[in-house]
Amino acid sequence: MSVLFQEASDRALQLGVPLSVQLDLTYRCNEKCVHCYLDHEDHGEMTTAEIKHLLEEMAEAGVFILTLSGGEIFLRKDFFEILEHARALTFCIKLKTNAVLIREEQAARIRDLGVESIQISIYSHRPEVHDAITKVPGSLRRSIKAIRFLKSQGLKVVIANVLMTENMHDYHEVRALGDELGVECSLDPTVTPMMDGDRSTLALNAGESTLRNLFRDEAFVGNAAEFCAPPATSNEGSMDALPCGAGHNACYVSPYGEFYPCVQFPLSCGNVREKRFIDIWRDSEQLKEVRSIRLRDLSSCSQCAHGSTCSRCPGLAFLEGNMRGPSTADCEKSFARTGIPSANLLAKKEKVSAPRLVQIQLVPALAGSRLAGMSASASAVGA
Amino acid sequence: MRKLYVARSPRIAARRLGEETLVMSGQGSTLFTLNPTATILWQAADGATPLDEIVERRICSEFAVQPGEALRDAEALAEDLAKHGILLISEEPIPKPVASVQESR
Repeated sequence: MSVLFQEASDRALQLGVPLSVQLDLTYRCNEKCVHCYLDHEDHGEMTTAEIKHLLEEMAEAGVFILTLSGGEIFLRKDFFEILEHARALTFCIKLKTNAVLIREEQAARIRDLGVESIQISIYSHRPEVHDAITKVPGSLRRSIKAIRFLKSQGLKVVIANVLMTENMHDYHEVRALGDELGVECSLDPTVTPMMDGDRSTLALNAGESTLRNLFRDEAFVGNAAEFCAPPATSNEGSMDALPCGAGHNACYVSPYGEFYPCVQFPLSCGNVREKRFIDIWRDSEQLKEVRSIRLRDLSSCSQCAHGSTCSRCPGLAFLEGNMRGPSTADCEKSFARTGIPSANLLAKKEKVSAPRLVQIQLVPALAGSRLAGMSASASAVGA
Repeated sequence: MRKLYVARSPRIAARRLGEETLVMSGQGSTLFTLNPTATILWQAADGATPLDEIVERRICSEFAVQPGEALRDAEALAEDLAKHGILLISEEPIPKPVASVQESR
């Protein structure tokens, strides 16, 4: 992030302005990625008119960076109508897409409309790996072809790669592919739970040894010694620091109008079909609660060695059951980075290793009697 | 004396943030922050009003500054913004593009 953009973000924070919004236009998708956190059925997307009206409300509220994402945005037949309206309102537009539907004509229109950047998901340089993740044969070839169309129009393209068990050996080659195509490459080492709370996708996370190697790879992290250094002691300033911009100067709106602090933080704060965007932003009790949270309020994290340097995601903590709790995925990253376990990991370890001294169980003979509610026996059971 | 006309480029993104304006240029994704004075000029840059009129009506009336000095500063600023592709300058009025960009909020 540039110094100027950081200053603008800080200013937005002071003024209470939602500087940056991700708007998902649809959850429908033409790829079925194994790690995706979305339900791809259409449960009643906002209409063109509703989205245009929302964009006007967002511009009025001061939103500057508008990320249009999905699902696959090009599945909406009105996509360019929405994009034109957004640009007429002078948003700085970023697109997230798999680009499978982008041809020369679409690339030219994107250029004409002054889109700032296009982020495209590429998981491997090998079709058999990428296409197995997307479950669409030929998808890598089509996405790469689209990148070339977009680059030929002079557009800024960023490859987004998610590290997981399926592609964990390919990230160097994906970066080399990015270099060949003349585009930036980002790598996200976290697979998140599904928005409905289903945690089965977490099994795809790459694991500690892969993370440990990645965090010592200077091609990705810069100065590895600095990146992996033991955390500094938390001070008063860090105890009052904000975890991230979610709900503070950034937020998310779903295709159904649901307003969340962030796409990874599915705490419903209202619906833009029922209330004005700015009214939800200013008055939502849920957002006020999110904004009130500081490191010092987190019972586990405030005591943790990683407190001041942790990248704890409040949304992942929320998905784990408590927005004031730790985010275990981030604890695992901190451990892989420094070799120092977080307070949360230590507590989990203690819980697992401590002998269960008392086990309560029903006595079968009494289970059906009217005394069943009181028929517990206690026995000492070792772990 | 030559008249200069200024217009906001339709290819940029812009938003008011407090008294300032954020402008993102399509050229190299560069972010600019316009201070309150530059913001006044930016907002008035409709392609139809000459720069000297903008300075006289919008800047000299708001700030204690001489018109000649303010105009020189405004011309320098306009040329600087034009170099970055975020403002258009012409000695003729500048017509609005077909897909008109709305007033920056």
